[in-house]
Amino acid sequence: MSAPRVTPVAEGLFAEVAGEVRLIGSECCNCGVVTFPRQGSCPRCTSVDVRERLLSRRGTLWSWTIQCFAPKSPPYALANPEAFEPYGVGYVELAREVRVEARLTESDPERLSIGMPMDLTLIPAPGGEAAGVVTFAFQPVPESGG
Amino acid sequence: MSASDDVGIVGIGIHPFGRHPGVAGLEMAAVAVRASLADAGVRWADVDFAAGGSDAAGNADTSVASLGLTGIPFINVRNGCATGGSALITAHSMLCSGAAQLAVVVGFDKHPPGAFNPLPEEWGLGSWYGETGLMLTTQFFALKIQRYMNEHGITPSTLAKVAAKAFRNGARNPNAWRRRPLSEEEILSSRMVNHPLTQYMLCSPGEGAVALVLARGRRLREAARPPVYLRSVVFRTRRFGSFEVFSPAIPIESAPSSTAEAAVAAFEQAGIGPEDVDIAQLQDTESGAEVMHLAETGLCQHGEQESLIQSGATEVGGRLPINTDGGCLANGEPIGASGLRQVHEIVAQLRGEAGVRQAPGPRRVGFTQVYGAPGVSACAVLSR
Repeated sequence: MSAPRVTPVAEGLFAEVAGEVRLIGSECCNCGVVTFPRQGSCPRCTSVDVRERLLSRRGTLWSWTIQCFAPKSPPYALANPEAFEPYGVGYVELAREVRVEARLTESDPERLSIGMPMDLTLIPAPGGEAAGVVTFAFQPVPESGG
Repeated sequence: MSASDDVGIVGIGIHPFGRHPGVAGLEMAAVAVRASLADAGVRWADVDFAAGGSDAAGNADTSVASLGLTGIPFINVRNGCATGGSALITAHSMLCSGAAQLAVVVGFDKHPPGAFNPLPEEWGLGSWYGETGLMLTTQFFALKIQRYMNEHGITPSTLAKVAAKAFRNGARNPNAWRRRPLSEEEILSSRMVNHPLTQYMLCSPGEGAVALVLARGRRLREAARPPVYLRSVVFRTRRFGSFEVFSPAIPIESAPSSTAEAAVAAFEQAGIGPEDVDIAQLQDTESGAEVMHLAETGLCQHGEQESLIQSGATEVGGRLPINTDGGCLANGEPIGASGLRQVHEIVAQLRGEAGVRQAPGPRRVGFTQVYGAPGVSACAVLSR
């Protein structure tokens, strides 16, 4: 593989597995609840018997908004507010797993609708573009065309 | 509950909300406390317990330097948007237990302009959550109402009507910050902030202070003013499955919100049902929140808000007036003061002393609800 070197925005959030990026969640060994990011205990049944689980890459858009103003920094990492571009944010429902909040690659409200299929990708992290820092995001799945 | 257990609100005081350059939050708190004491016809020296707090404007108990060093127990509360509610619960419990007879609660705050910028590390989240632009309360409210509108048929016009009502009510409230009425059209066409919420559908962090005097037993019987009884006040954190602010993920199985749970418990403890409520103050950090909280508190069914709001039922002159003082939208949100502002307004309305914004007709039962990060809610039931 000759993929460019990238640095994740945080350790333990996502990983490249068999050439595909996957989110790293956790699954309760007692009640089966899936969480993201991974955590050491179950928020539902309080068990501490949990294991790591790689989450599905595909899901459907559960809700969305467009972030139209530059968030304050800190905590936002963008150094130059002048360079701010609105971005999409949504919850993507991964079937039978969990609804994950993420940046969306799409920021045109006309092209987002609840229920549309989405899949996982990586985008440059705000403020980390030059250093090759990336974060996870969901993108609309192109229509298959039949 | 026997009469001897009754706790009543016998005094209310407020420092106007808005922006007050050069006035410290603690100074506003002292103004509100003195106003509440004067309203109750008692002296600070008569008070035997106090609780209060702010999120960003200092420790409430240091106000004794200005109010008087009487040696009373004064518990500081810092509990996000539920700061006022938590102070109220603390005082209510002390009075019910008999440990106090005459208590003061105070909430105040002073925030700089612009959206709140909480730090992920203080909320148990990785720094990546803030760095990548996901840690915004406005985003959460937008995501929640977007889904809700899709599920329950709420229209943008209804969101605009909620905001228009708030500014209309604020215009009639001398203590409000935003006092210029805005039309539905102005609200809908204002700058988009977080779809579907425009600039005038969102409240702004601000400044202000509120204090209440509570009494029981002899102090209550001897009160200078007819009391408004605090029938219950309940605080809840989130349960697994509820959709709350600052959630990197939410479970697929759903559960009632912290607001719904607090409301059910508050009504149960009061022995009063949501159908008995004559007037309410709901957390309207944005207009969608008022819409959703109407149903979460049990004041209407999910989806019923569309017809309720469109028909004017939640206006000052309607069947169920909501946020008659202009709510967070017209008063802004000084975090520590917001919850007690709601109670202040309900007391004024139930006394029939709300002036030009007085809801007509007999109003016996009032209700308040605050909501905040990371999924906390406090609800109170009050009655004459």
